[in-house]
Amino acid sequence: MELTTVWFILIAVLWLGYFTLEGFDFGVGMLLPVLARNDTERRVMINTIGPVWDGNEVWVLVAGGATFAAFPEWYATMFSGFYLPLLVILVALIVRGLAFEYRHKRPEAQWKANWDRAIIYGSLVPAFVWGVAFANILRGVPLDADHEFTGSVLTLLNPFGLLGGLTTTLLFLTHGAMFVALKTDGEIRHRARALACRLGAGAAVVAVVFMLWAQSLSGTTGSAVAFAVAALTLLAALVAAARGREGWAFTGTFVTIGLAVTGLFLALFPDVMPSSTDAAFSLTSTNAAATAYTLKVMTWVAVMFTPLVIGYQAWSYWVFRKRIAVHHIPTPAPEAAAS
Amino acid sequence: MDVVDIARWQFGIITVYHFLFVPITIGLSAMIAIFETMWIRTNNPTYLRLTKFFGKLFLINFAIGVVTGIVQEFQFGMNWSDYSRFVGDVFGSFLAIEGLLAFFLESTFLGLWIFGWDKLPRWMHAACMWIVHIGTLLSSYFILAANSWMQHPVGHTYNPETGRAELTDFWAVMFNKVQVVAFPHVITACYLTGGAFVLGISAWLYLRRRTPDEDRPVYLTGARISAWIVLVAGVGVAITGDLQGKVMTEVQPMKMAAAEGLYETSESCAPFSVFTVGTPDGRHEKFAVTVPCLLSFLGTGTFDGKVEGINPLREKYAEQYGTDPGATYYHPEDYVPVIPVTYWSFRFMIGLGMSAAAGAALLLWVMRGGRRPRSKWWGVLALSLPFLAVFGNSFGWIFTEMGRQPWVVYGLMTVDNAVSPGVSVGEALTSVIVLTSLYAVLAVIEFGLLVKYAKAGAEPFVEPPDPSLRGPSSGSDGSDDDAPLTFAY
Ligand code: HDD
Ligand code: HEM
Ligand code: HEM
Repeated sequence: MELTTVWFILIAVLWLGYFTLEGFDFGVGMLLPVLARNDTERRVMINTIGPVWDGNEVWVLVAGGATFAAFPEWYATMFSGFYLPLLVILVALIVRGLAFEYRHKRPEAQWKANWDRAIIYGSLVPAFVWGVAFANILRGVPLDADHEFTGSVLTLLNPFGLLGGLTTTLLFLTHGAMFVALKTDGEIRHRARALACRLGAGAAVVAVVFMLWAQSLSGTTGSAVAFAVAALTLLAALVAAARGREGWAFTGTFVTIGLAVTGLFLALFPDVMPSSTDAAFSLTSTNAAATAYTLKVMTWVAVMFTPLVIGYQAWSYWVFRKRIAVHHIPTPAPEAAAS
Repeated sequence: MDVVDIARWQFGIITVYHFLFVPITIGLSAMIAIFETMWIRTNNPTYLRLTKFFGKLFLINFAIGVVTGIVQEFQFGMNWSDYSRFVGDVFGSFLAIEGLLAFFLESTFLGLWIFGWDKLPRWMHAACMWIVHIGTLLSSYFILAANSWMQHPVGHTYNPETGRAELTDFWAVMFNKVQVVAFPHVITACYLTGGAFVLGISAWLYLRRRTPDEDRPVYLTGARISAWIVLVAGVGVAITGDLQGKVMTEVQPMKMAAAEGLYETSESCAPFSVFTVGTPDGRHEKFAVTVPCLLSFLGTGTFDGKVEGINPLREKYAEQYGTDPGATYYHPEDYVPVIPVTYWSFRFMIGLGMSAAAGAALLLWVMRGGRRPRSKWWGVLALSLPFLAVFGNSFGWIFTEMGRQPWVVYGLMTVDNAVSPGVSVGEALTSVIVLTSLYAVLAVIEFGLLVKYAKAGAEPFVEPPDPSLRGPSSGSDGSDDDAPLTFAY
């Protein structure tokens, strides 16, 4: 296989890791006002993702970095072209990341309420905007002969793009609810499971429409299979959730999101950023790529270290495998005890 | 204002801001790992209290370092897309490797450290902080390798067909001679900063009237250990800085001349200027206080070495690279960085950082044998140390980066060719305004929290649960499944 194809796959894997992992912690963040009835319950939810959210977020940093290295033209065009959406994502990720760490640092209700809002919107905004961005990449954006983006933010807000945003948001919400059901105990667990089923039904409808549309734009046999299996897995996940099999249900949404991302990348290949102005101006996995030498070095590094990373991340999930319930939350927060 | 100016302001502000927190993270993670290891080895509660106390402050600082780092990762593509196209092959790889090797390590093991007190055996818990520290070192290494390549591009060829710099030798970039001296310099500066942070707060708490007497020995211990670290790191910073100066004189002579405001070449025994005023056009010196021959020594290692001056270098550069470095901003100062900025930032770097080390020596002296002077000025001095160290770092970077202007990649690409052609002034302006105001608010919040938790002092000693005493597999024996978590957000 061409190294450029290998790297196309690796980039897809990194985004897949990002959306399947950060997907559920975005979901948990968005569901904060819906699932939790009081501060202790909010803390239960936050603590289910407390030890892992930063590790999940690093997937996007590495996806960005790897794109920079393996496909410099793609990185340059995408990041400068999607300027304002990325700025919005950055602001959201900044306030959200700080909120987890700072929320419990002061006892005042107002302080907590403000950071709660940072968590909620800080999760909602990127969940939606990433969906818009990826839908647009698949659909094609106006690129000129120099591969410069010539559109504006409004170009991105087309029906397909917005549907993409809605799809990721709903999928992440479902995924997050499944995660809360899996990782908590007591009332909130039941609430989460019930909600996951309802949200999941909505997500299934929207996702199927989106995937059909995506398939009709530039689908291949591969993407059709991935999309179809994704839809089936989502249904299976909902059945599992309804039967109280939370582990299977969460695995189901995990696989659904993974397959949906796989389908998108299969539909995209061999382009990485098709131009809607003229197909000749499209960025492809060959014309956007770095040199063979760089790709070779990077392949070595990726082959050596990616398994290690997956290994210790999995271990950390294992260490924190226990369910959290209201009575596990120390009161008052040990930290808030400071004067 | 055009996009280049705005993007430059944004880069400067955002990066200097990121680097306010980074040296504290790097230095403090090592100190906390040391404290925790000493606790395990001695079972002395003092060390556990220090671990937990500085652990809390560490997390407040770390959080903001992480979130500002994300902006760093994205802004190359957003604001500097032509730069990214040009160097992705070389620079991008180092950024990607940094993420894969370092960021995953830091974030995963820090999560384990924060939440793992009742889940991991003690030694494993301490090992997590050591691993976080190793992660910070790896992160620094790769990002500095990327930066050193911009200062002194090696291991690549320019491909006129694609118009890109292409990597030809990975190891040449890894062990770039600028990198080999920059890494130890930055890391020792970070230890100095982490040490100054611990020293400043411990010494202040130790000296302060309000502190309960039974707690004072804890802070005295913290202050002593950190003061020694500051002193040793201070020597290290000076030695490595001196090495860096020599490499710099060789690869970027203009930067050394600009650092010194040395206008004409000095054939031998160039003086080190302590204070210089130049003419407004930056071409001549008006007044100077100098130490004879010291600059020759800094730049070349001998007291009679030759150091080139700004004016002859300007002509040399014009001959080598053409008379027009690109942008209008650099006329008529072609290839000459802004002298007052380089000159003063160089001095502030050394001055502030070395004052921190001197302050550490002074505090160590006044606290000798457990003495406790009553004047509150000692407390003020103690609290000033972290600021001196942190701002010393900022000035070091401002010097390094401003001293290579107008280049973004030395000798290959000027800054005004690096900027994103597709980004409008409005977009760039929105970005710099949004990020700068957000950062300003965050600075106030984070500083408030640091003050609050520093004032509160170390919590009383509580024996943490030791899961290794409970059963072989951490926490899975179900014995205290219903107990509250030792730590929760
Ligand atoms: C507290 C921090 C601190 C202190 C006390 C010093 N430095 Fe420094 N210096 C840095 C923190 C720093 C830095 C922020 O870490 C820099 C910026 C880029 C780099 O590689 O390190 C730096 C850069 C830097 C450079 C620029 C290298 C280049 O652009 O290629 C030189 C020549 C020196 N230093 C030399 C010194 C000398 C001779 C020192 C004193 C005795 C000294 N520094 C103390
Ligand atoms: C490896 C890391 C770094 C890289 C790749 C890098 C690269 C750059 C780039 C692309 C620019 C913009 C072009 C220019 O204006 O010169 C720049 C400028 C600058 N950077 Fe760095 N930099 C790095 C680290 C840092 C750090 C850690 C600091 C300080 C804390 C810093 C401080 C600055 C400053 C002050 C400027 C000048 C802004 C201006 O020109 O107005 N840099 N650097
Ligand atoms: C301009 C170049 C830089 C980029 C793109 C960058 C990027 C980042 C990113 C994305 C993070 C967050 C990682 C996470 O989520 O855990 C981060 C944190 C960090 N960076 Fe930077 N960084 C730059 C400059 C530097 C430099 C020059 C150093 C050190 C010498 C450094 C050291 C660190 C460290 C130690 C952390 C982790 C701890 C903390 O966030 O405080 N960075 N950086």
